Amino acid sequence: MQRKGTPLRGVGIVTLKELSDHLSSARMRVLEWLVVLTALAALYGAIQVVRDTTAEDPFLFLRLFTKSQEPLPSFVGFLSFLVPLMAIGLGFDAINGEHNRRTLSRILSQPIYRDALLFGKFLAALATLAISLIALWLLVIGLGLLLLGVPPGGEEMLRALVFLVVTIAYAGVWLSLAMLFSILFRSAATAALTTLGLWLFLTAIWPALASGAIRLLMPGADQATMLIGGQMLARLSPATLYGETVLALLDPTTRALGPVYLSQLQGAIMGAPLPLGESVLIAWPQIVGLIAATILLFVAGYVVFQRQEVRA
Amino acid sequence: MTDIIIAADRLTKRYGPATVVDHISFDVSRGEIFGLLGPNGAGKTTTILMLLGLSEIDEGQARVLGHDPARDPLTVKRHVGYLPDSVGFYDNLTAADNLHYTARLIGIPAPERDPRIKAALARVGLSEVGDKKVGAYSRGMRQRLGLAEIVMKDAKIAILDEPTNGLDPQASLELLDLIRSLKSSGVTVLLSSHLLDRVQSVCDRVALFQNGKIVLLGTIGELGRQVLGGGFAVEVECSGGHALSKQLATVPGVRSVAESADGVFRLLCDRDVRSDAAAAVVKAGGQLTRLELERASLEQIYTSYFKDRPEQQVPHAA
Repeated sequence: MQRKGTPLRGVGIVTLKELSDHLSSARMRVLEWLVVLTALAALYGAIQVVRDTTAEDPFLFLRLFTKSQEPLPSFVGFLSFLVPLMAIGLGFDAINGEHNRRTLSRILSQPIYRDALLFGKFLAALATLAISLIALWLLVIGLGLLLLGVPPGGEEMLRALVFLVVTIAYAGVWLSLAMLFSILFRSAATAALTTLGLWLFLTAIWPALASGAIRLLMPGADQATMLIGGQMLARLSPATLYGETVLALLDPTTRALGPVYLSQLQGAIMGAPLPLGESVLIAWPQIVGLIAATILLFVAGYVVFQRQEVRA
Repeated sequence: MTDIIIAADRLTKRYGPATVVDHISFDVSRGEIFGLLGPNGAGKTTTILMLLGLSEIDEGQARVLGHDPARDPLTVKRHVGYLPDSVGFYDNLTAADNLHYTARLIGIPAPERDPRIKAALARVGLSEVGDKKVGAYSRGMRQRLGLAEIVMKDAKIAILDEPTNGLDPQASLELLDLIRSLKSSGVTVLLSSHLLDRVQSVCDRVALFQNGKIVLLGTIGELGRQVLGGGFAVEVECSGGHALSKQLATVPGVRSVAESADGVFRLLCDRDVRSDAAAAVVKAGGQLTRLELERASLEQIYTSYFKDRPEQQVPHAA
C-alpha cells in the first residue's frame, strides 16, 4: 500500500538533534581523548623509524601512517581497533535506547516516518565519526609536518585523503552493524556485547579460521585453489577488506592483494610505485565491498525496524 | 448534528494466531471525551496505535479527521497529539528543549516556537521548571509535559494512553483537570484507562474492552440502564417495616427495590426519584432517616456486567 508524504521528512531535524547529542555527550569526551592519544602514540613510534631509516623515501609521509616501533602498533594498526570501537560505541543504543527511555512512540507519533528517525540517527553517528576521524587525520598530518619538516607531495596527500574516506566507510560498516543489533535487542548491554563479540570474531578469529575452513569445504583441492579460496572466505570480514585496502593505498608498491602466479609477474619492475589510480583499482573491489556491507546491514536494520512494534 | 472525528470500522489486529483487537467499531464526535476502558491487555493500546498509523491494520478501516491513518499517517499525526503510557523524554535535555525538538519535527515555524512552548508550559503549570532537565522530573511532571506537547502541537485530537497510571491521587486529579480543560478548549479526547473511577469523572462516553472486543459502549447512564437496569440508585433508610418495599416499588421511574439491610432499601431507577420516594415513605407512615442518591458507577457496571457472564473471565478492575 502506497503511503502519502515523503519518508525523508524530519531527517535533517533528527540528524541535527542526534549530532548535538553526540557532540555534547560523555562518549564524545572519551573519543576526543582517544583521538589525541592515538595520534601522539602513533606518531611517536613512526617518527623514530621514519627519521632513522628512509631519508630518501618518496612516500615519506605515508610511512607516518604505516610504520611502527615495537611495542606500539602503527597508526593504521591503531585505527583498525579504534574505528570499530568508536562506531559501536555510537550505535549500540541507537534504537533500543529510545525504547528504554520510552521516547520512541512519542517521537514516532509526530508527523515523521520511522525512516527519518533511523536515517537521521545513522547520518548523525556517521558525521560524528567523520568529524573525529578528520580531526585525527589532520592532527597526524600537522604533527608530521612539524616533526619531519618535509612537505608532503600532492600524490601523497591524495592517497592520504582516499585513505581517510575508506576509513569513514569502514566505520560505516560497524555503525550499521551496531544499529542493527540495537534494533534486534531490547537491552542495550546485550546489543553492545553482541556487536563487540562479532567484531572480535571477524577481526581476530575469522581471518585465521578461514584457511582452515576452506580445507574442510574443499578437501583435496590444489594449493593455489586452497589459497585463493581461503582468502575469499577471509574477505567476508570487513576487517580483512579494510586491511587490504589500506595496504594498497598507503603502500604504492603493492601490485596485487592476493596470491600471484609467477607468469603474471613477468616484466614487472619490483618495488616500483604504482600511480594512485592503479592502486585504487587494485583495492576497488574491497572498497565497494565495504560500502556494500554498510548498505546491506543498514537495510537489514531498516526492514526489521519497519516491522517492529513501537509499544514499550 | 454531531460530526464524527474518529471512526473505527471493524478494526482488527492479529499477532499470529491471537487476535488482539477483534472487529472493533466505534465513533468519536468532535469535542467529546471518549474513554477506552478495560483490563490491561484488552487491546486498548493496540487500537490507539492503529488509529495513529503506528501499527498495521489487518482488517477493517479507520478514519481520523477524515484521513486514513494507514495511508496518510503524516496528516493524521500532524493533528493528533499522543501521550503514550508512561511517556518518556530525553533526560539530558530541558523540558523546553524537548518541546523544541518536537516543535521542529511537527514543523512549527521558528518564530512561533518559543511563544507556543512558553504558553504550553504555563498551561500545564511547568513554567518555573521549564529550564530544568527532564531527568529531575517526577512522573506526574512528565505526564504534564506530555500534555504540554499536545497543547503546543495545537492538536485537534488528544489520545491519552493510561494518563493517570502510576500517579499519586493529587497528581492524577490535577491531570484530570487538565484533560477537562483540553476539552473546554475544543479538543476531542480519546483516553484509555483501567482505572474506572478516575475515568468516570471525565468521560462523556466510554467503550468497555474485553479480550479485544468492545462489550459495552455508551454514556455511563446508558450503560447503567443497560447493565444494572437503572442509571441511578437511591438508598432509602427508614423505619416502617418491610411493607415499605412495595410502596417504594410503585414510585414512577423505579425499576427495582432491594432491601440490602434491615430498613435500608436500594432503588434502581431511571431518574432522580428522591422527592417521590420520600413522599412515598411518609405517606406509608414510615420515618425517613436517610436518603441518598448514587449515580451508577462504572465500577458497579463493570463488576456487575462480568458477574452476570460467568463464562467470561472476570478481569481485575481497580
